[in-house]
Amino acid sequence: MIVLQTDRLAISFGGVRAIDGVSLSIAAGQVFSIIGPNGSGKTTLFNLVSGLYTPNAGSIELAGETVTHLAPDQLARRGLSRTFQNLQIFSRMSVLENVMVGRHRHERTGILADLLHWPTVPRQNKATREAALIALDRVGLSDSADRAAGSLAYGALKRLEIARALASEPKVLLLDEPAAGCNPVETEDIDRLIRSLVVDGITVVLVEHDMRLVMNISDRVHVLQSGRTLTEGTPEEVRSNPAVIEAYLGVHGSQEAGRALD
Amino acid sequence: MRALLDTRLLPALAVALIVIALPWFFPSMYYYRIGALVFIFALAVVGLNLLMGFAGQVSLGHAGFLGIGAYAVAIGPTHLGMPSWLSLLAGAAVSGFVAFLVGRPILRLKGHYLAVATLGFGLLIAIVFTNEAGWTGGPDGMSVPRLVLFGWAVKGSDTWYWISGGTCVVGFLLALNLMHSPTGRALQAIHDSEVAAQVLGIDVASKKLAIFIVSAMYASVAGSYLALFNGHVTPEVAGFLRSIELVAMVVLGGMGSIVGSLVGAVVLVVLPQALTMFHEYEQALLGLIVMVFMIFLRRGIVPSLALLVARPRK
Repeated sequence: MIVLQTDRLAISFGGVRAIDGVSLSIAAGQVFSIIGPNGSGKTTLFNLVSGLYTPNAGSIELAGETVTHLAPDQLARRGLSRTFQNLQIFSRMSVLENVMVGRHRHERTGILADLLHWPTVPRQNKATREAALIALDRVGLSDSADRAAGSLAYGALKRLEIARALASEPKVLLLDEPAAGCNPVETEDIDRLIRSLVVDGITVVLVEHDMRLVMNISDRVHVLQSGRTLTEGTPEEVRSNPAVIEAYLGVHGSQEAGRALD
Repeated sequence: MRALLDTRLLPALAVALIVIALPWFFPSMYYYRIGALVFIFALAVVGLNLLMGFAGQVSLGHAGFLGIGAYAVAIGPTHLGMPSWLSLLAGAAVSGFVAFLVGRPILRLKGHYLAVATLGFGLLIAIVFTNEAGWTGGPDGMSVPRLVLFGWAVKGSDTWYWISGGTCVVGFLLALNLMHSPTGRALQAIHDSEVAAQVLGIDVASKKLAIFIVSAMYASVAGSYLALFNGHVTPEVAGFLRSIELVAMVVLGGMGSIVGSLVGAVVLVVLPQALTMFHEYEQALLGLIVMVFMIFLRRGIVPSLALLVARPRK
């Protein structure tokens, strides 16, 4: 079953076609990676799919429903969540509170009930806290629950963002460079975490520069270059595609690499 | 029992104790008057703090809502024959409705742009009160009939001290409730990262609007009290200086600090009274003291002191 689909998606910024006719088709339960050189439009594509940008052309379908012009919060309520390459942490709040915000779409209270501390509110708070603790535990941060989020190390913040997105119980999770800036041990943790998400039936869409991680865990790999689709296939297909090697290393570089291998 | 000891409500409890204990130290009726003013302003300030310190949205026109509340209790009984208490509630409803109308377009703006837009709103309200002389008495203002509750005319600074103190405690309670609720978490999230809040399913525009309305109603009730207490109202209540004063109280006491709202109101209501002995230097001294506070306690009085207590030395 296709859970997320884009059809000839396009957006321009000041005449530059940042994304130009990209069609994706992502099956449920897959790890689907989007790779490409710097500036090829990976994060722009994420911003389109998560509703932060509105496309100039093309359409987006989430679980069979056209969601092209929906706002990010409406998409979130339909089960799409994401993390950010440049971290977007609620730094004034505690680690646990950050993840509790992730439960927002499951919370059912209004501002009047919240002002009056209606009996539903403490019940809600308790349920939210418990669910958030479970999500924190999954990324191995339960020990830091009460710390100020701003005081965590970089790698931990990456995992905190994942926990926060997980708390919203997404069907589709977009991870924007979860392993960037992580050491090999932390990358290993991310690898294991992503695999466990798939076991839970979450579809993971990954933008990542760490090729080992990408080739290890992806079911499909989609390669972008200058906002266009270069190719798509299994990790093996993509790895051996000369066009991909060229895109990354340039024509000259790929010839050099070819000679070096001979 | 544990719920009563909930740390959530400690600040409101502390304020309640202050309200009750303070009169023991009052040498004269004059001090009740100052106390009442402090609590009235603290009420407006805690509402503004929910918007500014908590949700991170500035308003330089909040005195506009103070003015709507103040003129409601003047116009309602005088021109429409409504009892004062009903006029107060009507004023709060009107303030909430006005906030709803202007909030949608205004709250899309951010930072300085939002500041200037709200400033414009405040000026607009003040001009309406000045120009609609038939209803408001124009620049000279109008007198405000006494509040009558259950056939009993409320008068005297001590009575107003208890009324405003009690209302202030209730206002603080509601604010604390909100802080520890799903809406409160969403607002804090908006303050730190609107995009992250959005992708987690928070409808940022409607949350901002909701807190804008709530904070407008806080200011409105405070404005009504102020007018009823003074027995007179002029367009100055909605003026630019009043708005700035409210913002200064929020920042001075501590953005996002509920107790700070009271402290900010105390400093800016009590200090001018205490400094009158310096005659013409009063304003200059007040400015100097506020500057010194901000330089040495840059997060605002309460949060800065809390940090000092948490980390006594390094």
